[in-house]
Amino acid sequence: MNEIAPMEQFSEKPVVEACARAPVGLLAELTHRCPLQCPYCSNPLELDRVNSELTTEQWQDVMRQAADLGILQIHLSGGEPTVRKDLEDIVEVAAKAGLYTNLITAGVTLTRDRLKRLKELGLDHVQLSIQDVDDANAEKISAYKNGLAKKREVGKWVRELEMPLTINAPIHRLNIENLPNIIDFAVEMGAGRIEVANIQYYAWALKNRAALMPTRAQVLKSAEIVEEAKQRLKGVMVFDFVVPDYYAKTPKPCMGGWGRGVMNVTPQGRVLPCHASESVPGLVFDNVKDRRLADIWLNGQAFQKYRGTSWMKEPCKSCPRAELDFGGCRCQAMAFTGDAANTDPACKLSPYHEAFVAAAERESAEATPPPFVYRRMSPTKATPAE
Amino acid sequence: MSTDATRTRVMVVPASKPALPPHIKLRHDPGRGRWHVLAPERVFEPDPISIEILKRCDGATSVEEIATELAKDYNAPLQEILADTISMLQELSDKGVIKAA
Ligand code: SF4
Ligand code: SF4
Repeated sequence: MNEIAPMEQFSEKPVVEACARAPVGLLAELTHRCPLQCPYCSNPLELDRVNSELTTEQWQDVMRQAADLGILQIHLSGGEPTVRKDLEDIVEVAAKAGLYTNLITAGVTLTRDRLKRLKELGLDHVQLSIQDVDDANAEKISAYKNGLAKKREVGKWVRELEMPLTINAPIHRLNIENLPNIIDFAVEMGAGRIEVANIQYYAWALKNRAALMPTRAQVLKSAEIVEEAKQRLKGVMVFDFVVPDYYAKTPKPCMGGWGRGVMNVTPQGRVLPCHASESVPGLVFDNVKDRRLADIWLNGQAFQKYRGTSWMKEPCKSCPRAELDFGGCRCQAMAFTGDAANTDPACKLSPYHEAFVAAAERESAEATPPPFVYRRMSPTKATPAE
Repeated sequence: MSTDATRTRVMVVPASKPALPPHIKLRHDPGRGRWHVLAPERVFEPDPISIEILKRCDGATSVEEIATELAKDYNAPLQEILADTISMLQELSDKGVIKAA
């Protein structure tokens, strides 16, 4: 799972202008089921159960509504979207509605026949996530045996079927030293694009932060490696580098701004401004079963609450960067400062910034990190992180 | 694909015949009244001149021919338009948006 870069452009005009009225992308979390158990999974701690998932018809309707609303790209994600047997039926409707369809998969449950069928139905792009290119490490991270061998096979099928491939590599303490090999792997797989995505610490990743946080030196080194590889592989593979904001000075414009470019639909049909936003108290999440997508986007309480800049407090309120980064991430502000309307602690102007950086430095310096809390369906209600 | 093992950067030259690969889509968006290029995890918003160039990227027309047409349409010097077209297409080729064979 990964961040979506909602929009890039050839012209100089700010992207936000272009998409203030309608979202550009929709992340469809078709299911929370997944055979892997990555300790940094961006799904919520409390996972939706299979019997509560939207039906085929409901997802198809979401696709049609999305196209009507002006959404351009659909990211079919999860959990693992291919565990849904009706993925083909959903892709078919999405493609027919004119949406650009992107499959975000861990790959282990795919077959070549299915992939071929998905391509025929109009699937545009495959994003394959990997845990590491070292077998033992990959197994340790995902709690899944022989995943890497399967991923190699899937990558090969994607290219044989002449589909574009992105390798998504979530980066953290356990695999950051392998980054050069991870980049080589992506080249070898024939990927046109790689996402070197440092973990963003929400949900499971926040729970496991002390086990995942790399040191500042490691992060700086990884940035150098990416820079070198980017130059060397210019015209061969496109890089997307997501930096870990614990070591940043200004926050990222999370989701391109709250309720500005993207929306997220959970397996049960709740519509969220971002996948972590259920961690913010006081938000009302509408469900596609009760309300039209367009109405939710325009008028839903959760979307309105932190849209734009009028909700801001100082130091964001009078900051010249307010329209650039929208005060960073609401979920991170919530998790770390207890108030989602506070400045993201990743910002150096936040009064919490020092403590935020100190936490990362302290945890990453621990010689023996704590064991992982693997992503699993909990038999009881999960406790919220921190 | 075996060709991937030896992938190298493609340089755009006047004789190149650029094309949009099947997974890159140049689409008009009636709701927003503008053109978009849809690419993996990216949406580009080309400016008017880029749109004119992209529309002509059919895999049969050369960069030089595209530039000649545009020079006529815009009543501009060919050498200038050719240089701009090449640099724009090179950037797009590096981003995987066009294939210049
Ligand atoms: S457990 Fe891993 S593979 Fe499965 S959805 Fe989460 S991050 Fe993706
Ligand atoms: S104070 Fe707010 S708006 Fe200014 S840089 Fe920091 S997070 Fe962004």
